[in-house]
Amino acid sequence: MAFVPGQPVTAVVQRIEIKKLRCNDNLILGFSIGGGIDQDPMQNPFSGDKTDKGVYVTRITPGGPADVAGLKMGDKIMQVNGWDMTMMTHDQARKRLTKKKEDVVRLLVTRKSLQDTVNHSKCPYYKNHDNPNEVLK
Amino acid sequence: EEDPNTNSPPVATSGPGTKPNQDDNWGETTTAVTGTSEHSLSQEDIVRITKDLEDSVGLDCRRYFTLTLAVILGLLVFLTPLAFLVLPHLLWPEKLQSCGTACEGLFISVAFKLLILLLAVWALFFRPPRAGLPRIFVFRALLAVLVLLFVISYWLFYGVRILDSQDENYQGIVQYAVSLVDALLFIHYLAIVLLELRQLQPSFSLCVTRSTDGETRHYNLGQLSIQRAALAILEHYYCDFSVHNPALLSASKSRAAKHLAGLKVYNVDGEFPAAPAEGPGNNAAAGLAHSQSRAMIAAAARRRDSSHNELYYEEAEHDRRVRKRRARLVVAVEEAFTHIKRMQEEEQKKAPGDVMDPREAAQAIFPSMARALQKYLRTTKQQHCHSMESIQQHLAFCITNNMTPKAFLESYLTPGPTLQYSRDRWLARQWTLISEASVTSGLKDGTVFLLKCVDFSLVVTSKKIPYIQMSEEYIDPKSHKFVLRLQSETSV
Repeated sequence: MAFVPGQPVTAVVQRIEIKKLRCNDNLILGFSIGGGIDQDPMQNPFSGDKTDKGVYVTRITPGGPADVAGLKMGDKIMQVNGWDMTMMTHDQARKRLTKKKEDVVRLLVTRKSLQDTVNHSKCPYYKNHDNPNEVLK
Repeated sequence: EEDPNTNSPPVATSGPGTKPNQDDNWGETTTAVTGTSEHSLSQEDIVRITKDLEDSVGLDCRRYFTLTLAVILGLLVFLTPLAFLVLPHLLWPEKLQSCGTACEGLFISVAFKLLILLLAVWALFFRPPRAGLPRIFVFRALLAVLVLLFVISYWLFYGVRILDSQDENYQGIVQYAVSLVDALLFIHYLAIVLLELRQLQPSFSLCVTRSTDGETRHYNLGQLSIQRAALAILEHYYCDFSVHNPALLSASKSRAAKHLAGLKVYNVDGEFPAAPAEGPGNNAAAGLAHSQSRAMIAAAARRRDSSHNELYYEEAEHDRRVRKRRARLVVAVEEAFTHIKRMQEEEQKKAPGDVMDPREAAQAIFPSMARALQKYLRTTKQQHCHSMESIQQHLAFCITNNMTPKAFLESYLTPGPTLQYSRDRWLARQWTLISEASVTSGLKDGTVFLLKCVDFSLVVTSKKIPYIQMSEEYIDPKSHKFVLRLQSETSV
């Protein structure tokens, strides 16, 4: 899921729409983010590749708006309302998510199980999950 | 030499009238000499005696020979310039031009250069010889030959062109003599470089191991011939290696004997291997012995040997004993040292009563620590290295120099280098250099030679110090920058 410099990033993403909840003059989404290009990627427990400096969901408040919308812990946020999140500092990411003027945020998130599902659906009989082109004999 | 034991069972006589080959009563009349008779000598003692005999006779003639050669060469070298200067005055004084100012200035130059040459030769060559080496010192011989050829060629030229033709130009002759002395000074410079400077830069690392207890040291030497390297190593041996103590090896020897004595081979089927026969019979006997030794090794490997257990407990017990004795010794010595006090100058004048000098003071406090010290030395098997006289001398020395009890004990608690002990305890005086390469050839990578002494030998291996390729990397002092490793988590 980490990028190769110079190559386009491809990922299977899920569209998640979260309606912000108003709570004491604050609009909250109900999850926590970690990561960013100014952060240390080695400490990310969710990323497959420890050089991935993307923004990840680290905690979901159970019953909150994000949980209701289907966001899962460990998701990598690729886009927020059309804005790219893969090359953002931590603070920029936070600002994008907490714009006071927006009630709804539409996220594109990716997780490993999405890729696996796609592989599964492409070919039902395959030997190993990493190489869906190999057919089990 | 020890005679072998001559026991055999007595042979019964076959009959009253017969005369057997052997005397009837030989069983009673033969004397058996065992190894523990009072006047027995071991093989090592005999070897030592013969070596001591050789020591005093052979090598002195060679030393005197080289000494006389050196003296003759030296006289030749010094008297030649003077002869060059004096001979014209003796042989053709009328024809000779008078010596002008420049010429007389050259006299001063010759005089001082000869003085410098004299001092330099004295400094370099007139030193007490360190050792007697087996072969000649190649560089010195070459230099001597060079000097001889040089002086001879100068004499030839002088004889032909100046003496025969009776040259009147005295200034030219003096300049010729000055050039000779200059060239001699340059040859002396060459001698310094070849003999002293060349081996200063280290290029070989020599690993020296003592064959009896495995003590190993490493030394860095320059480019030397094998015999000079051996000499350097022996000089280091006396300062660095602890004294050779044969009593410490007896434990491993007894263990080895026990291993060998454990198994015996009996040949149940087949003939006994008789005296070695010729041809194919010999091979059979050799094959039989071979298979016997292999059988022994296999059996020894299989048997459940508990000697390692014994060794472990024995060593633990020995360590405990040594530590206990050492504690008693330290306490006894500290207590003994408190009995005497150094008297100050003023007190010396006031109370001339029971005043002792260091030796008497040592003798006074020695008895209180003698027993503890002797027991400790016995436990660590060092008792033969120190005599009572030497201990008392050392004690007097320590008292004189205000040393603490710990400083006094240091030379007994750890075995020191060989030089520290008296000459007769060294067990290492006569050395033999054993080498496969010629001893005047230079050291090379992988040279191995042995320095053998009567009781042990030193195995020396040389390794070349590698060529070091160094490159540089410049670091700007302003380039040292750091960042914090952030891992923040924000809830949105």
